[in-house]
This record gives sequence, C-alpha cells and structure tokens, in this order.
Amino acid sequence: MKELTIDASIDSIPAVTAFVDEQLEQYGCPMKAQAQIDIAIDELFSNIAHYAYNPEKGLATVRVEVIEEPLSVIITFIDNGHPYDPLAKADPDVTLSAEERAIGGLGIYLVKQSMDEVTYEYKDGQNILRIRKKM
Amino acid sequence: MTIEKKENGNEVTVALRGRLDTTTAPKLETELNGILDKVEKLILDFSELEYVSSAGLRVLLLAQKTLKKQGNGEMVIRHVNETIHEVFEVTGFLGILNVE
Repeated sequence: MKELTIDASIDSIPAVTAFVDEQLEQYGCPMKAQAQIDIAIDELFSNIAHYAYNPEKGLATVRVEVIEEPLSVIITFIDNGHPYDPLAKADPDVTLSAEERAIGGLGIYLVKQSMDEVTYEYKDGQNILRIRKKM
Repeated sequence: MTIEKKENGNEVTVALRGRLDTTTAPKLETELNGILDKVEKLILDFSELEYVSSAGLRVLLLAQKTLKKQGNGEMVIRHVNETIHEVFEVTGFLGILNVE
C-alpha cells in the first residue's frame, strides 16, 4: 500500500496522477484501464479541490492498494472537509441535445460507468471515497 | 497538453497532444476562443490525445454551442482513440459532437 498526502488543490492533480500511474505501471496495467483511472482521479480530486474545504484550504490523502484475483487496484481519496457524498447526486440525462445540456455534472457519472466499484462513506470526520478497477 | 494550430484559409486544424483534463482544459478554451468567431471549419485532431475528462467535455460542448449559435462554422473531431470514444459514448456526446 502506498499513500500520498498533498494540498487539496487543482494544482496537485498532475502529482497525484503521476503517483498512481507509477504504481499501475509496476503491475503492467493495460493502457486503457490506466487512462480510465487517470480520468477518475481528475474527476474525484478536482471535486475535492473545489468543495471539501471551500473557502478554506486543506489536505487530501490518496491511498493505492493492489489486490490479486482478479488483479485490481483500489484507490481511496480521503479528506477532512465538509461531509459531501458525490454519489448521492442524480445521474445526468445523457440523451439531451447540445442546447439542452447543462455544463458539467458529468464527471461522477463517468467515474461510475468506468470503474468496477465506487463507494463513499463519512467516518470520523472524513470523506472517504473509494474506487476499484480491474487491471 | 500541447496545442498545435494550423490555418488554411477559413479552415483551422487544432492538434492536441497529451491529456485534456481539469489542468489543461482552460488552455484549450483560451485557444478556441481566439478562433471561433472567424472559423468556417474547425478540425480537432485527437491522434496524440490520451484521454478527455469532463472538464474537457465542457470546453468541447461550449465550442460546439458557440459555433452553432453564430451559424458560421462547423466543428469536426478526428482520430479519437478507444478510451475517448467510450467517454463520448457513455456521456451521450457522440450524438452532440461531430466525431469522424
């Protein structure tokens, strides 16, 4: 298990992505799965950066674990900010035309569709969001 | 992400290399804002683009809407990889964007 604690800021996203990619590459993660995981990191960490401590600042921890059979990666995002369950939001209507589309709101939906499991819990003052993806 | 722009009359090709995400999407937005009012055909070349997150989708949707509202041009996206195609498919963007 590896862990990185870093400023919950948009500027941290490249460092978080590089940290996770380094673990994935050690296990020969297929490129497509890695791209989907990188997208999930962008969606989830930017969410934390925007909402967790707003208007204050704070830290977030990203934990990477690899499990066998089937070979999968579990990534946990932890912050001590305001309780916020991103999974509670209704899925967007993806059948609407360009004119009817609201800007944004698709990130969490994308993560739900591309990961094998996404869970959220609020425990001991922490938002804990976990994704699991087969490699 | 790097952006390479080629102009040929009123046709502009914008080639993206790297990742279109929260960190890089504002760069594309700025680039497109300088092009949209005069372009007749905007070609986005995704050959060297690894992936697109929702921040990138937002910029693509805005560009598409702006061109449609102005009524002066069209936007075409070319050479989309499997990961990006799936992002477009899942989000319904295949029905909104012109993906060749």
